[in-house]
Amino acid sequence: MRYNERELLCLARQPAEKAAEILMRVPKKGSVLKKRLVKLVVNFLFYFRTDEAEPIGALLLEHCRITKEEENVFSISFIEEPERKYCFECASEEQCQEWVEALKRASYEFMRRTLIFYRNEIQKMTGKDPLEQFGISEEARFQLGTHKQ
Amino acid sequence: MKLNERSLAFYATCDSPADNAGFLYKRGERHTAYHRRWFVLKGNMLFYFEERESREPVGVIVLEGCNVELCDSAEEFAFAIRFGGAKSRTYVLAAESQAAMESWVKSLSRASFDYMRLVVRELEKQLEEMRWGLAAGCGGCQGQPGSWKPKPLGPEQSPERLPALPASLPKENGCAVWNNVPGIQRPPDTSGCDGQDSEGHPQLPPLPLRRKASGSEPGGAGAAAPQGPSTFCQLHERYGREVTRLRQHWQDRRRGPRP
Repeated sequence: MRYNERELLCLARQPAEKAAEILMRVPKKGSVLKKRLVKLVVNFLFYFRTDEAEPIGALLLEHCRITKEEENVFSISFIEEPERKYCFECASEEQCQEWVEALKRASYEFMRRTLIFYRNEIQKMTGKDPLEQFGISEEARFQLGTHKQ
Repeated sequence: MKLNERSLAFYATCDSPADNAGFLYKRGERHTAYHRRWFVLKGNMLFYFEERESREPVGVIVLEGCNVELCDSAEEFAFAIRFGGAKSRTYVLAAESQAAMESWVKSLSRASFDYMRLVVRELEKQLEEMRWGLAAGCGGCQGQPGSWKPKPLGPEQSPERLPALPASLPKENGCAVWNNVPGIQRPPDTSGCDGQDSEGHPQLPPLPLRRKASGSEPGGAGAAAPQGPSTFCQLHERYGREVTRLRQHWQDRRRGPRP
């Protein structure tokens, strides 16, 4: 699949929501835990060799499952292939929990649901749609059960 | 750089609702010929397929940090997706009608994660201010909350001049503010990040400190002032059921009229 790599590399250099050196294992036969710089930027998780400026890879965090595994460990898998897990071993249980929470909230889809929730809450409390002042109340992406065109 | 392409392809083709979809002409990189492709916008990702029925996208454009502009082109209804940076490629696309062009320019301009985050923060702020107002016994804030006034934004006149959100929101390096909101539980469905703890039920994050300090005078006029995690949860539970119901309704409607 073609993609705009230059822009994605640029994104990888942006300030991160969260970044840390974590042991990571990819779901490939024979792969082992390796120390990586893992960086969460918008809905992408980039991972770098610790001494390199360019990421080895990026994971788009949509339709994924974040699972707390054993102590200090969590995994990311994608719903179409739930057995294929990217594993992460943190330095502490606390760090592990922080990453799990952050990654669960990292998707665009999660944020959309949050927005719709807030919109509804405000509408219930005030009787007004808070998106009207931005002129975006009719935008497909802010509706529940968005239609396909 | 590796990308989780299989998951990307799944995201592109699964039945989660698209924010826009349709045929567009895409100008080639080296040759200036236009190719008609089926485009699907989901979140901040613009996928394109050779045909509408293709099982996998030919490619994807990550829209983060882009600008969408109308452009001068021999082709009618053309617009461009531009990125900053010297060597960045500009994607030139053309719609099949004026209306389609406007629709795409609008939806692409607002497709970034950053934009969505700005809107979420604004709403979160409004909600916070309303609840603070209620907790302090203002007797219910009908209409606009406290000190926040919306910038006077006119209705959209033309695709190039889209109304902007208040520009003064700071971009944070650390954890985004919205990350700290407690009790955002996802509605019980299978899509999205819905990891659970090992016992199999979703964990409730603790309330942030500032909310505990706000005092707990009940709000007036029957509005739901949060007095603790339980009220917020109840609200969210109720809302979650509503989302599920609407989702079901949408899915039924989709299946319904087809032969």
